[in-house]
Amino acid sequence: MADNVWILGITMTKFGKHTDKDIVDLASEAAMGALADGGVTMADMGVLAAGNLMGPGGVGQQIQKQIGQTGIPVFNVSNACATGATALRTVIMAVKAGECDMGLAVGVEKLAGAGLLGGGGRAKTDGNVWEPKGRYGAVTTTDGRIGTDTMPGTFAQIGMEYGHKYGGTSFELFAKISEKNHAHSTLNPLAAYSKRFTLEEIMGDMMIAYPNTRPMCSANCDGAAAAVVVSETKLRTLSLEQQRRAVKVSASVLTSDPYQEACQILPDVNTLTRNAARQAYEQAGVGPEDLDLVELHDCFATAELVHYDNLMLCPEGGAVDFFNSGAPWRDGATPVNVSGGLQSKGHPISATGIANIWEICHHLRGEAGDRQIEGAKVGLAHVIGLGSACGVHVLEKSAA
Amino acid sequence: MSRAFTDLITVGAVTDTVTRVPLVDYLVLDPEPHLAANQCTSCGARFFDRRNACAACFATSFEKVDIPTSGIVRAFTIVTFAAPGVPVPFASAVIDAGGTSVRGNIVGVEPTPENISLGMRVRLTTFPIGSDDNGTEAVGFGFEPEPA
Repeated sequence: MADNVWILGITMTKFGKHTDKDIVDLASEAAMGALADGGVTMADMGVLAAGNLMGPGGVGQQIQKQIGQTGIPVFNVSNACATGATALRTVIMAVKAGECDMGLAVGVEKLAGAGLLGGGGRAKTDGNVWEPKGRYGAVTTTDGRIGTDTMPGTFAQIGMEYGHKYGGTSFELFAKISEKNHAHSTLNPLAAYSKRFTLEEIMGDMMIAYPNTRPMCSANCDGAAAAVVVSETKLRTLSLEQQRRAVKVSASVLTSDPYQEACQILPDVNTLTRNAARQAYEQAGVGPEDLDLVELHDCFATAELVHYDNLMLCPEGGAVDFFNSGAPWRDGATPVNVSGGLQSKGHPISATGIANIWEICHHLRGEAGDRQIEGAKVGLAHVIGLGSACGVHVLEKSAA
Repeated sequence: MSRAFTDLITVGAVTDTVTRVPLVDYLVLDPEPHLAANQCTSCGARFFDRRNACAACFATSFEKVDIPTSGIVRAFTIVTFAAPGVPVPFASAVIDAGGTSVRGNIVGVEPTPENISLGMRVRLTTFPIGSDDNGTEAVGFGFEPEPA
């Protein structure tokens, strides 16, 4: 039986625009913060996994040169929006496998001002002659001619598809989900945006891809997050204060999308999330009803709705009723995205999958200040990257 | 095999030759425009691109099948902000064409939430999207509301 694993130290930088820091600076700040938070140093680390999507590659070794080159194995990981969770999962696997008793996971991204992600396709070829290219034999770009390749449009359709299947969705409903997250963000000093918007302001803002207006889309920004993972055996040799603040990783799951009929047309973000959630609940021995808070991947307001269902926070087909009951508000039965979520906290892609775990840990440790969910003992963090990859972690407060 | 083929268009007494190519190779223009998929001969999974093996069952044999030209809108969005060079607004949709999911734009109506609804019946339509330096015309496709 493999040893249990714990989060010993964890941190996130402020999300936002960091014009004076490059990705190595941001990642180093998060990594050193996580080490200090755990009361350990690079000398204690047996493995490093570093996640970054949009940078030049090899960020792990670049980080080592700023915080400590000890010769440990480095895994540079890239897994769409699940990159941060994948870095963490990599370290957890190494510790679980007994290869080392401590490891460091880092996720970093600089995205401020990146604008629209996805779409555009390839440029027209030379000579202006129609020539079939690629796996679809396309003679020119298809984005905009055969549907949309953009992220806002893709996730808009994912939300609309849920509405077609179960009914009850509307532009206003999706906007209300965004209203909730922006309201939550006012209590988070590390959020990129912490402004409350009225429903009218959200619905009246610039339309990006119906029904997602600009504030209903995740905010491109810069940021990093890092976590130190420790085996339970090692943790028991550390100080009582370290043991008290450590957070148990009750489940760590990574899935990809199994074949579904329509997945070549519209990415299926549902099945792999549902599979990950099912495995995570089984591993952790907890059910959705036991969760004191959830950080889920609200890359767009339309996405948050489907994940209420995929994470089984409601009966199948019941996401609209779940939202309308007030359950996912911070004073509701299952608070969702009390950090403000990706729509207001921001979404520096590779940092997201560790930052949402930091948020959960912050509450389980009772250190979340004004936005503390009182008495939080169990939380779930979820991310999904198109392609697709889904990470789900269940975290539990230390009994010590 | 060349994907280009030739149509004979007779205008009065003059016979002119226009070469047309489909926007993508899964759009078949003759005899009637329709979409065609690569169907796994083992499990029936359908793919619009070429696959080295079936994503569902790993078999390696495929056959061409025609996709129904009408269906219903299962999901849509109206894109008002896109990459440079992509004209907006346009409506992107997922069409359930007799059990096979198809991606395409909704055309023939203004792309507004009032004109497009989930469950709406649509049918395939094709249109020229431009000519290249050789005078070859590329033909695109979309889905238009089906008359009641």
